[in-house]
Amino acid sequence: MLFVILLGSSFLIYNLAAIASDPLEELRVSSDPKVKQQILVLIRDLQLNVPPPLRYFNWLKGVLGGFVGDFNLGLTRSHESVADAIGHAIPISIRLVLGATILAIVLGITVGIVTALRQYSKFDYAMTFLSFLFFSLPIFWVAVLLKEYLAIGFNDFLADPVLSWPWLLGLSVFAGVFWSSVLGGSRSQVFLKFGIAFSANALVLFLLSETHWFAQPALGPLVVFAMSLGVAFVVTHLSVGLSNRKVLYGSLSVSVLGFALYLPVQQLFTKQFSDLTLWGLFAASLLVGITAGYFSTKIDRGAAIRTTSLVALLTFGIIYVDRLMRTWKSYSETDAINYRPVPTVGEANSLLEPGNYWFTTLDSALHLFLPTVALTIISFAGYVRFSRGSLLEVLNQDYIRTARAKGLTERTVIMRHAFRNALIPLTTIIAADFAGVIGGAIITERVFGWVGMGTLFNKAIGGQDLNLLMGVFFVTSSLAVLANLVADLLYSALDPRIRIGK
Amino acid sequence: MAKKKTAPAVAGENAIELQETAGLSQNQIVFRRFLRHRAAMISVIGLLFIVLFVFSAAGLRFGSERNAATTPGWWPYSITDIADMSSENCAEGLVGCPTLDVLPAFIDGTGMGLGKHPFGQDDIGRDYFALVMRGAEQSIQIMLIIGSIGALLGTVIGAISGFFRGWIDAVLMRLTDFIITVPTLIIGAVIGHRVGNLGVTLLGVFLGLFAWTGLSRLVRGEFLSLREREFVDAARVAGASNRRIIFKHILPNAVGVIIVSVTLLMSGAILLETGLSYLGFGVVSPDVSLGSLISQYQTSFSVRPWLFWWPGFLIVAIALCINFIGDGLRDAFDPRQKRRITKRDLVKADKASKDA
Repeated sequence: MLFVILLGSSFLIYNLAAIASDPLEELRVSSDPKVKQQILVLIRDLQLNVPPPLRYFNWLKGVLGGFVGDFNLGLTRSHESVADAIGHAIPISIRLVLGATILAIVLGITVGIVTALRQYSKFDYAMTFLSFLFFSLPIFWVAVLLKEYLAIGFNDFLADPVLSWPWLLGLSVFAGVFWSSVLGGSRSQVFLKFGIAFSANALVLFLLSETHWFAQPALGPLVVFAMSLGVAFVVTHLSVGLSNRKVLYGSLSVSVLGFALYLPVQQLFTKQFSDLTLWGLFAASLLVGITAGYFSTKIDRGAAIRTTSLVALLTFGIIYVDRLMRTWKSYSETDAINYRPVPTVGEANSLLEPGNYWFTTLDSALHLFLPTVALTIISFAGYVRFSRGSLLEVLNQDYIRTARAKGLTERTVIMRHAFRNALIPLTTIIAADFAGVIGGAIITERVFGWVGMGTLFNKAIGGQDLNLLMGVFFVTSSLAVLANLVADLLYSALDPRIRIGK
Repeated sequence: MAKKKTAPAVAGENAIELQETAGLSQNQIVFRRFLRHRAAMISVIGLLFIVLFVFSAAGLRFGSERNAATTPGWWPYSITDIADMSSENCAEGLVGCPTLDVLPAFIDGTGMGLGKHPFGQDDIGRDYFALVMRGAEQSIQIMLIIGSIGALLGTVIGAISGFFRGWIDAVLMRLTDFIITVPTLIIGAVIGHRVGNLGVTLLGVFLGLFAWTGLSRLVRGEFLSLREREFVDAARVAGASNRRIIFKHILPNAVGVIIVSVTLLMSGAILLETGLSYLGFGVVSPDVSLGSLISQYQTSFSVRPWLFWWPGFLIVAIALCINFIGDGLRDAFDPRQKRRITKRDLVKADKASKDA
């Protein structure tokens, strides 16, 4: 069935594009004396004398050749292989959208849940307004604004990394309002929470700014340890509850182990560090997590293992980020960067000397920064609205009342009964979004000067290059169809009431 | 968690709800709910204001810039007039700045006023207010065309396939699948590249021909469930024709779904058009749209930011208004949606019951 749809839509777009494009346009108006010959050559090369519906089957033959090991998407107008061009572009595009999509999903769902739990509160209204605003933003406009203010402004700030008082107070007031409205409570509690958040934020920002931390950021072992302990508490609280002491001690011991291994691990973080070592360390921390979870309790081991592994992975993540942050200063002192670390265009700084793992990693992370923020802003809104609506729907169900009536804690009701079921319909929108994001990236790539699928697409349309266009189309719609299939399968796996087929 | 409601309070809320809807038709209830949606009402007023302002300033224009049918607007400059660069209101070394002054005299010393070029001038001296108004007009026009064609096609195709089912449904829904698989931007670019220079009206029409797929799926679903209901059986037994059943019995019941998704279709349409024009595959010079204005002047952001701000603001304002209207409509049409009962309502109801 999916195959038929792919066939149909490729037939449709092929003919549409063939009718809409005119590869001879340039030659027609050309005054070259040999223009007739050129036209004839082009007609032969592109088989323009064959009507588009028949030419389509020629193209299809190349695609279907993939089944017998002879995949062929044809040649571009400049006689390169389309498959090669796309092969180069895909990893770049995926790198561009993957982080943003994941970030948007995580943030969107979190905010959506909080707004649903605080329905009709000020926070809810503010977030609703914000998500509608984000929904209405054209990405190319946001991108230019981000470039101007976030990148250039931040670089200017780094030249003299001291926060001015209005900024410091403004940020602190924002933090205070944010946390007090998220946490909620009675009026006096809200004021108390505002006060705590405001002063903590102001103090930290003041210290960071006075010590010129922003120009030479680092966490250091103690802050890493504190953050890791925080992670352990939060994750345990959300997954099994703090009252489950055994799992809590398991998570905390993972944190302590992370602290103990902080210095030894630094020996591994050399210039020659490679992705392979990274994955090795990743696997090692996962293993530590699983072991800790397994031995921490005998009851409900699955949940315990999930909790401690997450804590272990996040702790490793913090240690890794700490190392990257400590690269920041020497990175921005290199000639290629010259104290302006946040870039506005491109995928990587070509002037940067290769050979230092941390420099190149930080460099590509920074190049990803602006596009990721832009894409996240755009797709964040959809997730907030959707997860909010979905959770509210679930919270009205009878089984939630039953769960409450049984005397389960609010945490269990929300995390185990409501949240999980609210996530099921989200699989559909995630699949659709992932496919759609490739389309959105066409514009993003243009603004940020990335050379991925979007650039190929622009080239194909601008240069009236049918084969290239069909190549891009083939990849994106295959991805879309595949994403839909995965969503359907996931859906039926997650929700046993749904049966696909007869 | 929110405070749990006690049984009498719930009964009281229901009574308020019932009392409010007593004696009203479904349409009246929906309309009242919509009027009460504050954000949506502000957006309706805002959108009407923007549309009237833009259309009256620039004058109506159909067809392409080279070959247009126009009515004059009230703004003196047109987008082809090239005026001398004025340095009024400018910082040192700049020309063509916006002369719009919204701050009254007691704040910044100069009085409020439009000045000669309220939105400034572009790099060759054209009045930017005229350009933005024309651009907004073209963008709104495309949006409305896409919306109405999409609504018409989507409703008809969805209604036919949902009502008649069988092979008609199979064929139409496969067609929908074919189009829906292709990312909108790809279809839009393929079409826009070809017909962009034929003027905004045609561009809108062609884009509209591919914008109906989502709506038709929704309408089909609605028709599939409504056609099994008792009132349809009753109408059929009474001898109503298919056409009468579709138009008089089913369609009015599906109209909520249609209206809501058409609003969302329109907010998507304006973002699609501006995106295409930004890429250069939509409205092309000498025509202007909000997207093409941004694309044309984005490089001058650091020196002359106003060339970038105004069109962007308009896009955001239009799309935001439409989204809020769509949200208000959805709430109004949703039968499960209950009005939030405030403390004041409860007090009022309490008093009324005591009086009685």
